[in-house]
Amino acid sequence: MSPETERPRSLFEKLWDAHLVKAETADTPAILYVDLHLVHEVTSPQAFSVLAERGLKVRRPDRTLATIDHATPTLDFAPGETPPYATEAARNQVETLQANTAAHGIALHGWDSPHRGVVHVIGPELGATQPGMTIVCGDSHTATHGAFGALAFGIGTTEVGHVLATQCLLQRKPKSMRITLDGQTRPGVSAKDIILAIIAEIGVDGGTGCVIEYAGEAIEALDMEGRMTVCNMSIEAGARAGMIAADETTFAWLKGRERVPSGPGWDEAVERWAHFRSEPGATFDHDVFIDATKIRPMITWGTAPDTGIAVDAPVPRARSASHRKALDYMKFQAGMPVSGQKVDQVFIGSCTNSRITDLREAARIMSGRKVAPGVRALVVPGSVAVRVQAEAEGLDRIFIAAGAEWRQPGCSMCIAMNGDKGEPGQLIVSTSNRNFAGRQGPGARTVLASPATAAAAAVAGHVIDPATLTEPAHA
Amino acid sequence: MPERFEHLKSRTFVIDQEDIDTDQIIPARFLTTTTREGLGDLAFHDWRYDSDGKPLDNVSLNALDTRSHRILVAGRNFGCGSSREHAPWALHDFGFRAVISSEIADIFRSNAAKNGLLPILAPPEAHRWLLEHPDVEIEIDLANQRVDLGNGPGFDFTIEPFARHCLMEGTDPLGFLTAHAADTDAYEARTA
Ligand code: SF4
Repeated sequence: MSPETERPRSLFEKLWDAHLVKAETADTPAILYVDLHLVHEVTSPQAFSVLAERGLKVRRPDRTLATIDHATPTLDFAPGETPPYATEAARNQVETLQANTAAHGIALHGWDSPHRGVVHVIGPELGATQPGMTIVCGDSHTATHGAFGALAFGIGTTEVGHVLATQCLLQRKPKSMRITLDGQTRPGVSAKDIILAIIAEIGVDGGTGCVIEYAGEAIEALDMEGRMTVCNMSIEAGARAGMIAADETTFAWLKGRERVPSGPGWDEAVERWAHFRSEPGATFDHDVFIDATKIRPMITWGTAPDTGIAVDAPVPRARSASHRKALDYMKFQAGMPVSGQKVDQVFIGSCTNSRITDLREAARIMSGRKVAPGVRALVVPGSVAVRVQAEAEGLDRIFIAAGAEWRQPGCSMCIAMNGDKGEPGQLIVSTSNRNFAGRQGPGARTVLASPATAAAAAVAGHVIDPATLTEPAHA
Repeated sequence: MPERFEHLKSRTFVIDQEDIDTDQIIPARFLTTTTREGLGDLAFHDWRYDSDGKPLDNVSLNALDTRSHRILVAGRNFGCGSSREHAPWALHDFGFRAVISSEIADIFRSNAAKNGLLPILAPPEAHRWLLEHPDVEIEIDLANQRVDLGNGPGFDFTIEPFARHCLMEGTDPLGFLTAHAADTDAYEARTA
């Protein structure tokens, strides 16, 4: 607790202060300690090379956790067989991580691990992600872990090397922003709709330089998966990180997970974690208020994540040259809704929306229905554990009966570097986080949506508000 | 290790487009590399090549001589999106040494400075002037944090002092961090 003479601190300030190895000066940034370093195959090889060149060791292999997710195929293969990599380079990259982690004694959730999966899915799932921590990864969606009241942000490969060698990072203290959602969301509005609405409101650079704390009734009402979805997309508003203070929902979710303490250690941990929340009267560099009651199921129309509108709302008129370019690329017309547009592919997955609750949502929509002719639907669980859980609940059978492809875990079509991709001109409804031109394959057109909206598009064959789907025959 | 950066007199190359994300700078499907060399050929790949990988004739980037054009001027919010350091690696390897915009995404800015690519934030007026006057010779003085635009509105910029120090010395901050290992030991002992 801070003495009375001190001003109240925010969650972010507490996290920052608690991890200072050395405070910043005019000439040098702060040295910040990293509690958990997540590593994957794409942004780490050059960092390990720097260690090798300089003869450095990994300082804390026990605080480092690695997995393979970006370049890995999501197709089935028999045990003992070589995974069906899209390219030799992909195989080489995965094998490079296997060799690097083995050489440095780092735990790798590789092909044979029951916890392999998208890095931002497995961290929380293992209980490695905990409140009060600093967490970094060579990946901009590291903010996902902020859902647990942690300071989590993406770093570049040079910094991956810094953390491997020193467990520390050089950082200037970012600015802070609080986004408060007033009121409750309407039924049928998911966490994805909330974050798409927030980004549409503040813009792709609205959070630049900031750590965002999400607060308010509608945020507190979200389950942990929903909170992860919200924090995950903080970077799409330009923010360094996004976070939500830990509460009973957080503690209940973490209890019993592999890396979380149990017995008396659990009570101590909860007591410590509970301290990491903004004190009343804490101030922020920016304070934003959003009316949660106005949020509707969302979809994007452009090539930046801040182009979200209500699914049935008309595409706005172009306000700039970039907007015109985006409309051109998307082949959409101002004044027409995205709703009704014919869909070629549907992707349900990614670190934004590939957790069990996301799959349940998609399955609820697909149950008793069929994927429309000519549409390819890919359902890619976020981890092996999510896949196992979904199969235990019979969700896989719902997807397969509907005619969707039930895949092995990985980033898949979110980033389209493992062979899962869209074709030029195709319209893809995707539960991922980026609709940049070419993100899902050269020329592919991406619209971002929630799992329910994506699943509804798969069965309708066109973009549609899931609430307006007609009842399936047997339901 | 990047070369030392002090002074740069060169011509500008303008891409007047906002929100150029790192997927445009280097598409994700090329990220399976395990080295940082040779990424210049892939910079802005999908703008420069057709679907068979043949360079497009009508794209000015393909005709650009980066020995004379080392300064990229881009629209607002350059470098948004993924944290891939491949983006500044590709731009540096392509031949750029500085990028100027009115707004540059955080992670990209920090990644660029670590790789010999100086990120410069220009005030709106100077930024507009630069966008409207493509292919001009300008001068960047990093020590004094000043950009001279010839006939245009020259401006002062700021860059984080430590990043400037590293750019000017051509050093990487890893040495600074390893030199503070004792502080980290103390921190670990204190928080264990
Ligand atoms: S799922 Fe997509 S956004 Fe998430 S880590 Fe993988 S590639 Fe990045």
